[in-house]
Amino acid sequence: MSTSEPAIAGRFGPYGGRYVPETLMPGLIELEAAFAAAWVDPAFRSELDALRRDYGGRPTPLFRARRFGAAHGGGAEVWLKREDLNHTGAHKINNSLGQALLARRMGKRRVVAETGAGQHGVATAAACALLGLECVVHMGEVDMARQAPNVARMRLLGARIAPVGSGTRTLKDATGEAIRDWVANVATTHYILGSTVGPHPYPTIVRELQAVIGVEARAQFLAATGRLPATVVACVGGGSNALGIFSGFIADAGVALVGVEAGGSSAGHSAALGRGTPGVLHGSYSYLLQDGDGQIVAAHSIAAGLDYPGVGPEHGHLKDTGRAVYESVDDREALAAFHALCRLEGIIPALESSHALAWVARRQSQSPALDGPILVNLSGRGDKDLADLVPESGGGGA
Amino acid sequence: MMQLERTTRAERDAGRKALVPFFTAGYPGEGAFLDLVRAAADAGCRTVEVGIPFSDPVADGPLIQASSLAALRAGMTLRRALALTARATAATGVGAVVMSYANPVLRFGATEFAAAARDAGVVGVILPDVPHEEAAPLRGPLAAAGLPLIELIAPTTGAERVARIAADARGFLYLVALTGVTGAVADPAAHAAQLVGRARAVTDLPCYVGFGVSDAEGARRVVRDADGVIVGSALVRLLQSAPHQTAGVGDVAEFLQSLRKALASPAREVRT
Repeated sequence: MSTSEPAIAGRFGPYGGRYVPETLMPGLIELEAAFAAAWVDPAFRSELDALRRDYGGRPTPLFRARRFGAAHGGGAEVWLKREDLNHTGAHKINNSLGQALLARRMGKRRVVAETGAGQHGVATAAACALLGLECVVHMGEVDMARQAPNVARMRLLGARIAPVGSGTRTLKDATGEAIRDWVANVATTHYILGSTVGPHPYPTIVRELQAVIGVEARAQFLAATGRLPATVVACVGGGSNALGIFSGFIADAGVALVGVEAGGSSAGHSAALGRGTPGVLHGSYSYLLQDGDGQIVAAHSIAAGLDYPGVGPEHGHLKDTGRAVYESVDDREALAAFHALCRLEGIIPALESSHALAWVARRQSQSPALDGPILVNLSGRGDKDLADLVPESGGGGA
Repeated sequence: MMQLERTTRAERDAGRKALVPFFTAGYPGEGAFLDLVRAAADAGCRTVEVGIPFSDPVADGPLIQASSLAALRAGMTLRRALALTARATAATGVGAVVMSYANPVLRFGATEFAAAARDAGVVGVILPDVPHEEAAPLRGPLAAAGLPLIELIAPTTGAERVARIAADARGFLYLVALTGVTGAVADPAAHAAQLVGRARAVTDLPCYVGFGVSDAEGARRVVRDADGVIVGSALVRLLQSAPHQTAGVGDVAEFLQSLRKALASPAREVRT
């Protein structure tokens, strides 16, 4: 099921690698070996499959969004892969369950994670509660304020939140703090990185754990329509939901793959692939937002989960080879698509996923519109965003 | 043999323990930075480590992070840091090993960076987020400019790995004395003896211990085994807590003198 398996030392073309302090290198080498062994172990896979089914709620449905399609699909069918229906509200649980099982298998009793929107933090907190692992989630203070419901959820699930007050106080600096925590505690601790970023082997591990989205979606699409989608669309922050669904279609040369980055607003953007340049951030070489002096530039997006100045190395390779294309939509377009899906389909999407929907709406308003069926990865639900979007909701039901 | 290694070996052969202070370029100010390097020279330091400020320093604890951010806010850049380093080394004759993260160097261009660093009188380069496996593309251009890329080993580095890393090491071998980031509270001597033992089994390069050395007693205990100590966060702490820059420089100067004295009389107490 591999897409573009790293040939050497975790490289996707020129991207990837392991840019970490020496202290972590033995831990990364151990992790690489442990994952390789677990991934071919039928007992590990069947335990993961059972948890995905009975605990996580897989397979998630494939749903044709007829009213959204009629209003915004430009005549094309629009289908949604309903990752929003996963336990804890997003595709993140696919990764957290797998890595928590891996942590237990490696004998690590403590888990650290970073989180932006809080979805990865909540998923990891849940998986750790389930498996009896200690869980510490590093989260920027800005994100704690705008994603308060998820902070409450993580605490209910027994996780300790470590507020990050340095730098941008968002996902970038939370990731830095999680890495520092892991450097200090590598003997006892597994770092459950939440996206297809970071040093090798994380981009590969996270992709493999998220590939279930694409495998399911392809089979479901064929069963429902007798053909493949013409276009597969997903939002891209670090890029795990996109690689998850792209994995299922990458070998199908006729299927166009579109990653949608956050175009943000006049305050800034998070389009590392579209407007960034290659460099090293958080352990890997990939596209990122930096100034002429190599300092990392703060990202901006209305969606906390996309508010990150880097992107996974495999996306850099897919961009350079042309197998996937990357575009961006801005905050305003994402909000419009968010409201459209709420009203037309009775589904409240995450602001992150709304970027993928917004791309469809914009693309299909252009002439000529795409005419084949479009599959959108609806990566998460928007409950977490309600406190921000609808202040009178009183915190989104947390 | 490159210049840095001539210095480190000569210092060891003379029976002197090396004291290598770390200063963030431009912190707490450009003038104060120059005064700090002067104070290091006055304390008998032959080599100083100069940190190039970076926005996302994952190997550094809160103290060095804060100094880095303060220098960036004051307008420090890689080019300015090298120019400042050139002034400091020219004025004092000490050698500067610069510490940067990978990204600013890659952005500058490895070959261009090596040439600019050499022209600034730099004698070695430390890149804490570039482990041995990723070092080759950087080591070549640096070596061509006469600059060693300093190799690091940590408490987590096994014997076989130490041997592989030490084989490519030049200048000195940097022993990370704690499992963590810079400035963490630890007993550096606890790991130092074991790390030095592992290193000595495979290399005769001078071994310097850094991360977690925060006082004269710690430094004295570390050099029972090691050839030198690197002190960073403890200096930033003094600079941060001083009422003004001049006082901070004075505190650091005094502290370096006390470290120098401690290193001249290595601990002889019974090991526990």
